[in-house]
Amino acid sequence: MAESDVSKYRMVVIGGSAGSLDVILRIVSEARQLTHVAFVIIVHRSKSADSILADLLSTQTPLLVKEVEDKESIMPGIVYIAPPDYHLLLENERTFSLDASEKINYSRPSIDVTFESAADIFGPALVGIVLSGANADGALGLSAIAAAGGYTIVQEPVTAEVDFMPRQAINMTRVDAILEGEEIGGFLEVLLKKA
Amino acid sequence: MKHVEANNVRDEELDLLLDELFRTYGYDFTNYARASLKRRVNRLMIIDRFPSFAELLYRLRQDPAYLPRIVEELTVNVTEMFRDPTMFKTLREQVLPVLATHPFIRIWHAGCATGEEVYSMAILLEEANLLHKSLLYATDLNPSAIENIRKGVFPLSEMKQYSENYILSGGKNEFSKYYTAKYNWAKFDDRLKSKMIISTHNLVSDRSFNEFVLIFCRNVLIYFDRHLQDKVLDLFDESLEKLGFLVLGSKENIRFSGIARKFKQLENKERIWRKVM
Ligand SMILES: C[S@@+](CC[C@H](N)C(=O)[O-])C[C@H]1O[C@@H](n2cnc3c(N)ncnc32)[C@H](O)[C@@H]1O
Repeated sequence: MAESDVSKYRMVVIGGSAGSLDVILRIVSEARQLTHVAFVIIVHRSKSADSILADLLSTQTPLLVKEVEDKESIMPGIVYIAPPDYHLLLENERTFSLDASEKINYSRPSIDVTFESAADIFGPALVGIVLSGANADGALGLSAIAAAGGYTIVQEPVTAEVDFMPRQAINMTRVDAILEGEEIGGFLEVLLKKA
Repeated sequence: MKHVEANNVRDEELDLLLDELFRTYGYDFTNYARASLKRRVNRLMIIDRFPSFAELLYRLRQDPAYLPRIVEELTVNVTEMFRDPTMFKTLREQVLPVLATHPFIRIWHAGCATGEEVYSMAILLEEANLLHKSLLYATDLNPSAIENIRKGVFPLSEMKQYSENYILSGGKNEFSKYYTAKYNWAKFDDRLKSKMIISTHNLVSDRSFNEFVLIFCRNVLIYFDRHLQDKVLDLFDESLEKLGFLVLGSKENIRFSGIARKFKQLENKERIWRKVM
């Protein structure tokens, strides 16, 4: 694919909590063509649910799905999942790092933490998505993405199983697109395919 | 629409701070993972109410008494007892039986923060009837963290979680038999502490000080860059006797380091390696 055929976006970060799993599965399954961006997924879940999420996602996509390990490389065409009980950060455009510091918004991993870090590194080349959830996590992070020139998407609260998280995000940020859960995958394909 | 205060420390500012810490005080954080360090500095500026980065730097230059506070806040001290219970279960089942054959068991907990990990190990050793012939070296960079190991006191509010972890680790006793509750604190039995040697040790600048059969260094390497990780893993290799064990945090690995070829991971995928060469 020639350079000019792809959009400027290089990473998509997706944050979800209660009620977000189906939407995440759907987005990932529809993103199979998008091999020129890295996907990063942060979901709140219990420690014991360890690798189940990666297994579930793997059944939906030919893309490689990985739970991030310390100092893992960032590569396009891979779906990365924040491991339970760690915050996921970006060192630079090539490398993740993990951090086991205090919970933020009662959460570790925290969506805000990863969004802010990714905004810092990828700026306008980042797409951030906030999905269903009962927590305010993600709202501040999404505004950091907007402030750094990235593209922001929030799940239409009415279509979210739990609308609190998307509502918080919309209240705090000038969001670029508010979309039904089912539309997000197709929308990304258009947004990320062409310049 | 609310606006977020973007008072984030910049790269050049972080460099200034690290430089000051190194030149004036000898603490070398330059090969730490930067994303995490930046968050720590931002956090410190909020909780200690510095209006700007310049104020923080000025305080450090003028007030040496502020240094311990910076060191404490730049590093992450979050820990728990029997963190990753299945790893402790593996220790019970696969490592302790090997240690039992040794006349003397020397263990190093590097970067053990406030001591939860060391007390967990002391409990394991006692239950295997090995504590009497063991020595646990508990070290951390942070002087105030290790002070807590001497006290052996942890928040009572955590005991429910710790007791669940303990049971998942294969513990058979009533967890509460190991401590006495007083106000909001759980004071652990002094006999667990009797075999601990507690000291500061900086993995960046201090050297190997003994030979061990088991070394723990969990959730410390994630804060280092690859280069420093390599250096510290060499230090562990140097400090570990042949056929000794190295335990890392649940997302840490020696795979990319120079010592990888000398070590073999236990088969059940827990982060325990044995030094085979
Ligand atoms: C997150 S705690 C880990 C505690 C425990 N090992 C665990 O896994 O629960 C990290 C600890 O590493 C210590 N540390 C950071 N840099 C260090 C260094 N250069 N030398 C020794 N300890 C260090 C910090 O002070 C902190 O107490």
